[in-house]
Amino acid sequence: MKALSIKNLKKTYKGGLDALKGIDLDVEEVDFFALLGPNGAGKSTAINIISSLVTKSSGKVEILGIDIDQNHSLAKKELGVVGQEVNFNQFEKVSNIVINQAGYFGLSRKEAKENGEYFLKRLDLWDKRNEVGRNLSGGMKRRVMVAKALVNKPKLLILDEPTAGVDIELRRSLWDFLQEINEQGTSIILTTHYLEEAERLCRNIAIIDEGEIVENTTMVNLLGKLEVESFVLDIDKSLSKGELIEDKYQIKLLNDKQLSVTLEKGQKLNDVFSYLSKNQISVLSMRNETGRLEELFINLLEESK
Amino acid sequence: MSNLEKLRSLFTILRKEMVRFFRIYIQTFISPAIVITLYFIIFGNLIGSRIGQMGGFNYVQFMAPGLILMSVITNSYGNVVSSFFNAKFTKSIEELLVTPIPNHIILTGWVAGGVARGLLVGVVVTAISLFFTEIIIENIALTVLAVVLTSILFSLLGFLNAFFAETFDHISIVPNFVLTPLIYLGGVFYSIHLLPEFWKNISLVNPLMYMINAFRHGMLGTSDLETLGFSVNFAIFMMIVFITIIYSVALWLLNSGRGIRS
Repeated sequence: MKALSIKNLKKTYKGGLDALKGIDLDVEEVDFFALLGPNGAGKSTAINIISSLVTKSSGKVEILGIDIDQNHSLAKKELGVVGQEVNFNQFEKVSNIVINQAGYFGLSRKEAKENGEYFLKRLDLWDKRNEVGRNLSGGMKRRVMVAKALVNKPKLLILDEPTAGVDIELRRSLWDFLQEINEQGTSIILTTHYLEEAERLCRNIAIIDEGEIVENTTMVNLLGKLEVESFVLDIDKSLSKGELIEDKYQIKLLNDKQLSVTLEKGQKLNDVFSYLSKNQISVLSMRNETGRLEELFINLLEESK
Repeated sequence: MSNLEKLRSLFTILRKEMVRFFRIYIQTFISPAIVITLYFIIFGNLIGSRIGQMGGFNYVQFMAPGLILMSVITNSYGNVVSSFFNAKFTKSIEELLVTPIPNHIILTGWVAGGVARGLLVGVVVTAISLFFTEIIIENIALTVLAVVLTSILFSLLGFLNAFFAETFDHISIVPNFVLTPLIYLGGVFYSIHLLPEFWKNISLVNPLMYMINAFRHGMLGTSDLETLGFSVNFAIFMMIVFITIIYSVALWLLNSGRGIRS
């Protein structure tokens, strides 16, 4: 069974804007799926249609095989949504926000409190449970949103830019948490502008632009389409300009102890290391110069225009 | 959702609403208590003592049912209009829209919140009126029925106001320019028979007149209704008809998603 199945989904807003031009999308159960696209591409419209915040113009949406038009209540029961904006009453206490959300799904008060306590603790919000929402920091509010979306223990979790404006430490802890619940069986659909986030977390990916899906594949396949890849190497030896020139690997000196290396598809990183070794240079550490996915993303969007 | 789950959702909305209005207890309870006390002191004791009897009762006794119902109406209406508009404005309505709750439960939950506030304020105002007059309840069933139906009706009207409101101004226009005049001209402070013929006829098309008099009839055992040729049953029937119509319209609007879904 598919966690989400979208067929020929269209949305035209009042005023004539075609936000979605008939997209098809399937997300397998227990997948960690990235839905990427530039601002205004139609990601949030698609998510808001799935979560009933936007009415579709036409098309079909099924959550875990249940058509949202035919059995709206049943379809929504297994869905958790973290919206782009903070959408809880900021004058309510954190514990009430989360427990009430469970109540809206029909959970008993006892179960709602148990689930609420579990997720507030897991997201490091337990100490803040008696604070009102408006007293929380931006990062804490984002975590309340996640706790709220999970409190009914959904089988499909949709996150619309959950880490926007969140510091790196919190972002990484949220990544670990999401990976954990995905491993426990929750299907996750993620939209994000941090492509590193999608690359690290997601197994499958769709890229949407101007209301159309321009790519829908596995993360491995997509990254395999990279023609060139650049790395930054930290080296143990100080070099001066002109000292190390090798056109084959497009080696550039960034500063006296840092090199940039660009490899074309088929070239081996081992050959670069051998070459440097021959010149008595040891590599201390290495990283990608820019996000690999970022390059692909930009290429794909340019191609689609 | 099973019926039990729907019931839990309904009580969650009601609980949330009650927590909200208890959190602002000064606005919810203290403010109407002060206003009603002033009404009793000024209109009841100071001016009322010079008016004498009205409808066969001393003036404070005659006025008390009207003041109680006025508080119920303004609080039922005010609770729903401010809470639902705020939910729209802050987008916290999305918390409900993403859940499996059917729209009729959302509507009923909000109305239940308005009724809860209206009735609790009604109890507070009744308690205050005991300091100024003896409270008579001739027909407890009719009294309760009239106050509950009135509270439901005005909670629904508050919902409609909030649904169409786009600014904070829009949620104060109806209470200030429509509701308050209708309440004051509905016979809270006087018997309709004191009015000149023209204004008496105008009052006959004021629905508030029937509600206030139905409630007064429940408490005092008499009201303007019989002398105007209407029965209390007719007033109750009309309230039920209005509730049915307005509930259907509100539900239809909620289902249409107008103003809350793009």
